Amino acid sequence: MSPTLLPLLQQIVLVLAAIVLFTSFVLLAQARLVAAIHAFAWQGALVAAVTTVVAATGQTHHLYFSALLTLVLKALLIPWMLHRLTRRLALDRHVESLHRPALVIMAAVALVIFSYWLVLPIVQQEMTFTRNIVAISLAVVLIGLLMMVFRQQAVAQVLGFMSMENGLFLAAVSATAGMPLVVELGVAFDVLVAMVLFGVFFFQIRESIDSLDVDRLNRLTETAEEGIVAAGRTTPRAVAGEDG
Amino acid sequence: MIALLITLLAPVAGALVLAVLRPLGPAGWLNVAVSTITFGAAAWLTWTVAASGEIAGYSFRVDDFNVYLVALTAFIGLTTSIFSRPYMRHVCDTVLTRKRGMRVYHSMYQAFMFTMLLALTTDNLGVLWVAVEGATLATVLLVSLYRTPEAVEAAWKYFILCGVGIALALFGTVLTYFAAQHVVSDPSAGLTWSTLYRHAGHLEPAVMRLAFVFLLVGYGTKVGLVPMHQWLPDAHSEGPTPMSAVLSGLLLNVALYAVVRLKMLVDGSLAASAAPHLAGYLLMGFGLLSFLVAGLFLHRQRDIKRMFSYSSIEHMGLMTFAFGLGGPLATFGALLHMLVHSLTKSAIFVTVGHAAHIAGTQSIERIRGLIRTQPAVGWSLLIAVSAIAGFPPFGVFTSEFLLLTATMQAQPWLTVALLSGLAIAFAGLFRHLHPMVYGAPPEGQKPVRANMLPVAIHLALVLWLGLAIPGFLAQWLDRATELITGSHLL
Amino acid sequence: MTAVAWGAALLQALLYAALAPLLVGWIRKVKARLQNRRGAPVLQPYRDLRKLLVKEARVAHTASPLFRAAPYIVFVTTWLAASTVPLVAVSLPTAAIADIIVLVGLLALARFFLALAGMDVGTAFGGMGASREMLVSALAEPAMLMAVFTLAMSAHSTNLASVIDYQLGAFALRPSFLFALGGLILVAIAETGRIPVDNPATHLELTMIHEAMLLEYSGRHLALMEWAAQLKLLLYGALIANIFFPWGIGQSFTPADLGIGLAAVFLKLLALGAALAIGETVLAKMRLFRAPAFLNLALLLALLGLLSHVILEVGA
Repeated sequence: MSPTLLPLLQQIVLVLAAIVLFTSFVLLAQARLVAAIHAFAWQGALVAAVTTVVAATGQTHHLYFSALLTLVLKALLIPWMLHRLTRRLALDRHVESLHRPALVIMAAVALVIFSYWLVLPIVQQEMTFTRNIVAISLAVVLIGLLMMVFRQQAVAQVLGFMSMENGLFLAAVSATAGMPLVVELGVAFDVLVAMVLFGVFFFQIRESIDSLDVDRLNRLTETAEEGIVAAGRTTPRAVAGEDG
Repeated sequence: MIALLITLLAPVAGALVLAVLRPLGPAGWLNVAVSTITFGAAAWLTWTVAASGEIAGYSFRVDDFNVYLVALTAFIGLTTSIFSRPYMRHVCDTVLTRKRGMRVYHSMYQAFMFTMLLALTTDNLGVLWVAVEGATLATVLLVSLYRTPEAVEAAWKYFILCGVGIALALFGTVLTYFAAQHVVSDPSAGLTWSTLYRHAGHLEPAVMRLAFVFLLVGYGTKVGLVPMHQWLPDAHSEGPTPMSAVLSGLLLNVALYAVVRLKMLVDGSLAASAAPHLAGYLLMGFGLLSFLVAGLFLHRQRDIKRMFSYSSIEHMGLMTFAFGLGGPLATFGALLHMLVHSLTKSAIFVTVGHAAHIAGTQSIERIRGLIRTQPAVGWSLLIAVSAIAGFPPFGVFTSEFLLLTATMQAQPWLTVALLSGLAIAFAGLFRHLHPMVYGAPPEGQKPVRANMLPVAIHLALVLWLGLAIPGFLAQWLDRATELITGSHLL
Repeated sequence: MTAVAWGAALLQALLYAALAPLLVGWIRKVKARLQNRRGAPVLQPYRDLRKLLVKEARVAHTASPLFRAAPYIVFVTTWLAASTVPLVAVSLPTAAIADIIVLVGLLALARFFLALAGMDVGTAFGGMGASREMLVSALAEPAMLMAVFTLAMSAHSTNLASVIDYQLGAFALRPSFLFALGGLILVAIAETGRIPVDNPATHLELTMIHEAMLLEYSGRHLALMEWAAQLKLLLYGALIANIFFPWGIGQSFTPADLGIGLAAVFLKLLALGAALAIGETVLAKMRLFRAPAFLNLALLLALLGLLSHVILEVGA
């Protein structure tokens, strides 16, 4: 289906979805933390915009509500929370040094192609205009995953996690015009709770390793146990046992 | 229905009250009380279902398959809460300076029970997802309760890995919903499992195949299937011991339950396609891999809780394999194995908690001579490990025997892999167990106050199941088997 | 008919040469105003060219004949390349060679001679400029080709005139065109030596790229080189303006159509020039080491354009 055959609103949906994918790439390669949070907020806003326009093109009024939910949660609340956390953790000016960014970008491009290949059977099923977006949303999910693997900074990993959620939401909107309301609310609640917990964890991690580079969380390995034991590892249980 | 409501609401109320209850003593007792109410309601629910068949409505569905897990979950929740009261008090008195941590602990314990029960009883695949994700969220703070660098690391790993896995499962859920839209006329029923199951034959195979891969990887992360198992040993070894007991005994089961429910849908959808057993083969592959890899890893462990968490991976692998194998015999065996494994493994973790207190460490090399220092703990550990390793009088032997028989019937050459896996795991466990129980105790090792009642109950139950499966239970498991495979065993 | 058409083609080629300094003058003027300066008059580039053309050309002792020939070659190839890009009207007779690949090839030829000339005298700056120019172009060319292929895949032709016709006939919001536009703008900025890749207004040795290659030139040689650079800027401007915003371009050779086409392209270029000036005022020049990242972004955009064409627009 060539875009020329689609009404203007549907063309807008396609363009917005493509920009969502682009923001995923921006997130992936953005070394400055605050800028990455902004990119994430934009992604949330774009997903909300896609949802609104999809709602406007079809008879799916409950999508307006989902769009509002996404806008408030993903574009405003979570970025705001992350902003506050980075300020309180004095990370506003944090710049992460990325290893081989070009290689990672190429991997992400490969993921886009992979997701396109993966969802081909679905695309062939459906004749709604949003079907092509399913591949985009899967790509956003996988790029979020890539980001969590490749970034060492805890906040950046959370951004990857949250952008995966954006991709999932986009998938729900594009493949099935949204999930049932109770599920959507549940997912939103889970995401919110997860965000609060991530905030708690930032402080716990910093307390324990004096940094938020998750790379340095490497005490638990299959082989390192010996070293830890030799170094006289005293866990709380150890102390508890001695006292008891 | 009322029984179901109480089962679900009691933990919610408990979580809310415990979140604000400051004094530690009453909080521990209240935790036990709430768990007792939950267990009572679950027993009532079980009795109702056994007497008058499945309960469905308000997007809940309790049938023979999940009611048995509901009862198991509530039971282990109860015994673990009994164990956890003095145990956590002890921990709190000695190490935990932040009393707030204990409020979080009790509140989250109940919240975790709620998410487990919700995941089991809901009929909606979306709510199932929300509940399983909620279980991660409830437990992740508990894993990092001690705030040591190791604990924080384990919790972060747990959070991130399970978060990613579960996100993939949501994608699979979306795909399932997508497939349902072509089949189910009412779009809001598109995630209702029972509706989908009725129309399973019409679900588009290509989409369901893809959906199942995502769902299996997603929920499989929670089951602890290799290679998505990385979080499991860390979370089990660094969290407080009661948490290890419920994680191993319950959370893994619930995740596996989700996988089995979804497999039933996919099997229905693929029945007419070129590869009807795709889901089964995938489960068998992942299951066997987990079984063998975890068995090998058992040998290398130096941390006692870590070792037993690998044993959990091994047994989850075995069950996954059995559910993948399909057929009434294997399914019956897997259901029985789920039951006995949960009972035995939670008993083991409780015992291990005491053992670690006695020795003052979790390092296997420094836990010695338990049977001389405190015979109750030493004997319990010996018996429980014998049970989990599959020694004859215990229930684990029965279920493993059934599984081997089923394998021999369906895929004879895989029996070799299973038997050698069992032998490897057996050797791994006993190699570490022997010095811990019989070795010479270090100077000044003193017994601790231990409440061995939960352990005794669990082990007695496992022994009973090994000697003779009571008729009503056999009937019950048989009905669940029929539900899953479509045919009776007995 | 053909005579009229050839006449129009010739007219368009002359227009390119005539308008190129004007665009540069306009950009400089806007920049000056944005920086609260009065700035030189818009026609200043013409005066500069005239002044240089009448001056005597001095050539270094070590220079080879190539050094003298290069300005002519560079100017002619750039002009030829420019004349293939539809400016005021499509369906000119030159449309037969108005292939995007030919365009890229001609520009590459011009750059090749420019770089050779830069190295010819053997001064340090010339060689440095040449090597930097080749670095930038080696990265920019794939991005440009990729962006162009995105367009070609939609229009099923690599001919510029057909692409524009296609856009006029079946206009739609296309994600792929959006990405291609972004990529092409970045490539254009890099290729024409504008901020943030290069700064056309400075001779600071640490940063200059294009100017470094011209250091040894004087008189009419320098005039031709500068004129060629201005032509290149106009070429990219016309390319972006007419492919992505083709409205108003003349479709026949009646004076009215041509007049409208001229006015339209004039307005579009004024807007583009102003946008470029604003961009250059806002942005700072980046370090040379960052240039590859900049061009990788262009490549990524072009690649995304290609992918989004396949994923979103083709449909299975």
